Amino acid sequence: MSGSTIETLRRMANQIARNFEIMGHVDAVEATADHINMFWDPRMKKQIFGDGGQDLSPIAKAAIEELAQGEIPAHQTRATEFNAVDDIGQSDAG
Amino acid sequence: MGYERQKDFGTPRVKSEKHVTLTIDGRAVTVPEGTTVMRAASEIGSSIPKLCATDNLKQFGSCRLCLVEIEGARGTPASCTTPAAEGMVVKTQTPRLDKLRKGVMELYISDHPLDCLTCSANNDCELQDQAAAVGLRDVRYGYEGANHLAEPTDHSNPYFDFDPSKCIVCSRCVRACDEVQGTFALTIDGRGFGSEVSAGQTLDNFMSSECVSCGACVQACPTATLQEKSVKKIGKPERAVVTTCAYCGVGCTFRAEMRGEQLVRMVPYKDGKANRGHSCVKGRFAWGYANHQDRITRPMVRDNIDQPWREVSWEEALSFSANKLNQIKRDHGARALGGITSSRCTNEETFLVQKLIRGGFGSNNVDTCARVCHSPTGYGLKTTFGTSAGTQDFDSVEDSDVILVIGANPTDGHPVFGSRMKQRLRQGAKLIVIDPRRIDLVKSPHIKAAHHLPLQPGTNVALLTAMAHVIVSEGLADEEFIRTRCDWDEYQDWARFVSQDKNSPEVLEGVTRVPAQSVREAARLYATGGNGAIYYGLGVTEHSQGSSTVMAIANLAMVTGNIGRKGVGVNPLRGQNNVQGACDMGSFPHELPGYRHISDADTRALFEKDWGVTLDPDPGFRINNMLDAAVDGEFRAIYIQGEDILQSDPNTQHVAAGLEAMELVIVHDLFLNETANYAHVFLPGSTFLEKNGTFTNAERRIQPVRKVMEPANGMEDWEVTQALANALGLGWSYTHPSEILDEIARLTPSFAGVSWDRLEREDSLQWPVNEEFPDGAPVMHVDGFVRGKGKFVVTDYVPTDEKTGPRFPLLLTTGRILSQYNVGAQTRRTANVEWHPEDLLEMHPSDAENRGLNDGDWTTLKSRTGETTLRVKVTDRVAPGVVYTTFHHPATQANVVTTDFSDWATNCPEYKVTAVQVMPSNGPSDWQEEYTDLSQKSRRIAGEMEPAE
Ligand code: SF4
Ligand code: SF4
Ligand code: SF4
Ligand code: FES
Repeated sequence: MSGSTIETLRRMANQIARNFEIMGHVDAVEATADHINMFWDPRMKKQIFGDGGQDLSPIAKAAIEELAQGEIPAHQTRATEFNAVDDIGQSDAG
Repeated sequence: MGYERQKDFGTPRVKSEKHVTLTIDGRAVTVPEGTTVMRAASEIGSSIPKLCATDNLKQFGSCRLCLVEIEGARGTPASCTTPAAEGMVVKTQTPRLDKLRKGVMELYISDHPLDCLTCSANNDCELQDQAAAVGLRDVRYGYEGANHLAEPTDHSNPYFDFDPSKCIVCSRCVRACDEVQGTFALTIDGRGFGSEVSAGQTLDNFMSSECVSCGACVQACPTATLQEKSVKKIGKPERAVVTTCAYCGVGCTFRAEMRGEQLVRMVPYKDGKANRGHSCVKGRFAWGYANHQDRITRPMVRDNIDQPWREVSWEEALSFSANKLNQIKRDHGARALGGITSSRCTNEETFLVQKLIRGGFGSNNVDTCARVCHSPTGYGLKTTFGTSAGTQDFDSVEDSDVILVIGANPTDGHPVFGSRMKQRLRQGAKLIVIDPRRIDLVKSPHIKAAHHLPLQPGTNVALLTAMAHVIVSEGLADEEFIRTRCDWDEYQDWARFVSQDKNSPEVLEGVTRVPAQSVREAARLYATGGNGAIYYGLGVTEHSQGSSTVMAIANLAMVTGNIGRKGVGVNPLRGQNNVQGACDMGSFPHELPGYRHISDADTRALFEKDWGVTLDPDPGFRINNMLDAAVDGEFRAIYIQGEDILQSDPNTQHVAAGLEAMELVIVHDLFLNETANYAHVFLPGSTFLEKNGTFTNAERRIQPVRKVMEPANGMEDWEVTQALANALGLGWSYTHPSEILDEIARLTPSFAGVSWDRLEREDSLQWPVNEEFPDGAPVMHVDGFVRGKGKFVVTDYVPTDEKTGPRFPLLLTTGRILSQYNVGAQTRRTANVEWHPEDLLEMHPSDAENRGLNDGDWTTLKSRTGETTLRVKVTDRVAPGVVYTTFHHPATQANVVTTDFSDWATNCPEYKVTAVQVMPSNGPSDWQEEYTDLSQKSRRIAGEMEPAE
């Protein structure tokens, strides 16, 4: 069932976008881009940037395009904010 | 420390603001009001003889040995049932008391075998001590009358014996089972002289009874009636070392009681703040794996996985690894290397593994098993509350009025906490259970859930949104709390969303299959029943909407004001002993220790300066991405400490393909686990009994792990990692984990005030420990959320892509049981297998009948991913359409059928929902056969080669 890596990446991007969809298109695109920017390995980003937006939902596609152009989105949820060097407030322990 | 029994104050500690002062044997003592005379006496070191009293059980007053004289009072009251009063004057030793006590003792002893010299409890027996204390020298009654001396011993439990001939019927065991453990397995049958302890029905022995082998009764027994078999075998302990359990996230502390280099028994530590003197069968008894014959203690290597293993010296194994790592790095770059830290290892060991990967290998490809369990908790709680740690300590449950358990099975998964929860429920707290399966808590002795909502697997978000709908639309929201503590605008957006008709319980009933009326009633109870606490586990996180479910839970707690004080909160029940610690120590690919993102230049600079290296500024791969990249040739070498990803991670064949594609797999473990079938280097590991360090439990409590015996493999795990680092030329020179802990404190603000010395003095500390919280912080979010206002997040229900259909009409969900632990590598190598010899597939009678299956039949369990065979257990614990199994045994390989669908935000696998078909079968699947073959082949160790040491 597990397809190729690029299929996995498309699925991941679509899934993120789908869960942000409720925020409305513009915000969802920003949130999706921010999420991918903070959590994906550069090789995964590169691979999906080079994929031409195939099989991506409109939100995921727009987010990937934004990132591919080198834009760095502002943090959209607290999940992508981290402690500063001398900070203790946040954790994301599993 | 030398050997001394733990102090017993006779009756439980009383919490009271008011104090009273009394005089005992001429000495004044002040105690909280309600404290017994016995306990007050004990506090000043004057111990009153006693048999039926012990300080973790309610006073009982049956043995009459603890009599005292009180000025102005008639007779000789029992000190264990008499509360201390202001001005009271007590005498504990008088000729009259001596005589009475001797008489009582004589009666006990006359029905007790006088074989003290040969008894295994000799010199470690309360009855013997008390007989001496009352000065009993001879017994007038003789043995010719009726007695119980001929009764046979019950050897059925693998860890302890029950020898009724030695029983004095003090009922401490019965009360321990009822009050502490909450299993109600024991009774006193008969009355007067004929009375005796029995496990359940007349014909039952311990093994066939309800007993779950927690050992509370053994610990409570003042005689050798209930005693560990190991004491009989090895002898009385000579010294005791306090350490921390290496199984689950409760983090029980124990006294490892030793005789020479041998562990005699583990006895729960009464001062342990997580367990308060209790334990479960795993921590107390299941430590025999440390000496199991399968344990590998010499390093091994091989050039490819078809070859047998070759035992080699440490130098050879390390240089073999280092050469290959260097080669791969030269040819393919640092990002082709990575590793996995272990939530079973100590903070110090985990810290070193991520340091080795980031600083030595030069990549951020580091991940940990939290990926497959609670990563959604991190995402969800961080988004809503600003920080991801559970909000309460374990003690908090004592103040809860309504307990909502969702997707967790505390009596099996977190048994010691489960027992405490049951204590509170028996006191009258109300219980709501949301689970596809009727877990034990739903109905157990003296406990009945007010509501059990057996939802369809995969519909948590829909159900919680429906509950929120009820709370908002029926005006049950705590507006004052929301206005002061949360973002009001976000709340209004959220309230509008949940109030929509499409989110009503009536509409969502079609999705969740839970009757709308039950949802309404449960929601009302949680919102209005007093302090409401939510406890959840992997049934929440291991879904494609795991993170959304955690946020939906946080929303419910905020909308009802159930945050920021004792008795309430959102409490993730974490899996492995040190999963909190592993995350704190920077085990995720995107962050350094202390939850600081790898892209933050200041943070990198701090570590770069301290470590003398340059760090990669980009996040690395998660486990699943490492495996994908391996197949694509981008990821080539992995160092895995203490994890068995082949068995624990989803879609086994995918994991196998990833591992097989790698050039170098280094497994550092106790056993040749399943992952080691694909390994080229095996570095033998040490057990928690053989090392020093710290674990951090689910309450953020940092507790010491202490070495009680020398490592069988010659090195503690942190030393192995250091040796590997040094083979790569990193020049590390730690001589003790305390130095690693100092480095952690130096580099991690929330650990700033933690040190080995301090833990030695204070037993445990709950982080953050820094200038602001010099003594740590037990409850979070008391005067406001850590990060500003609480955030309501709209959680839209998105059905999983894993759908049932004609080919796969059933939903499989997975879980764990009490006696086994995770992939079972440890527990399967102990007598715990007697409770769980194999994984079974639970199926509703109607589904079984449709397929012509009877209890115990072999079945094929098939999904879109793969198939396996196991035996079926027909039970109405699961709803029609749902099947359930555990994943403790490699022969079953339940993860052959799970898919690689995962949580949208964190990629935590969707273990809890797989569409399957189940059919009758008469043998193992092809995969099982092939796999058995492979694993036999790949476990061969070349016999002719002599270890080159
Ligand atoms: S078995 Fe031990 S604890 Fe139980 S009644 Fe007998 S002596 Fe007391
Ligand atoms: S071992 Fe635990 S469950 Fe079993 S009888 Fe003793 S107290 Fe009860
Ligand atoms: S509850 Fe968990 S920590 Fe405690 S003894 Fe059992 S396995 Fe160990
Ligand atoms: S100890 Fe008080 S009556 Fe037994």
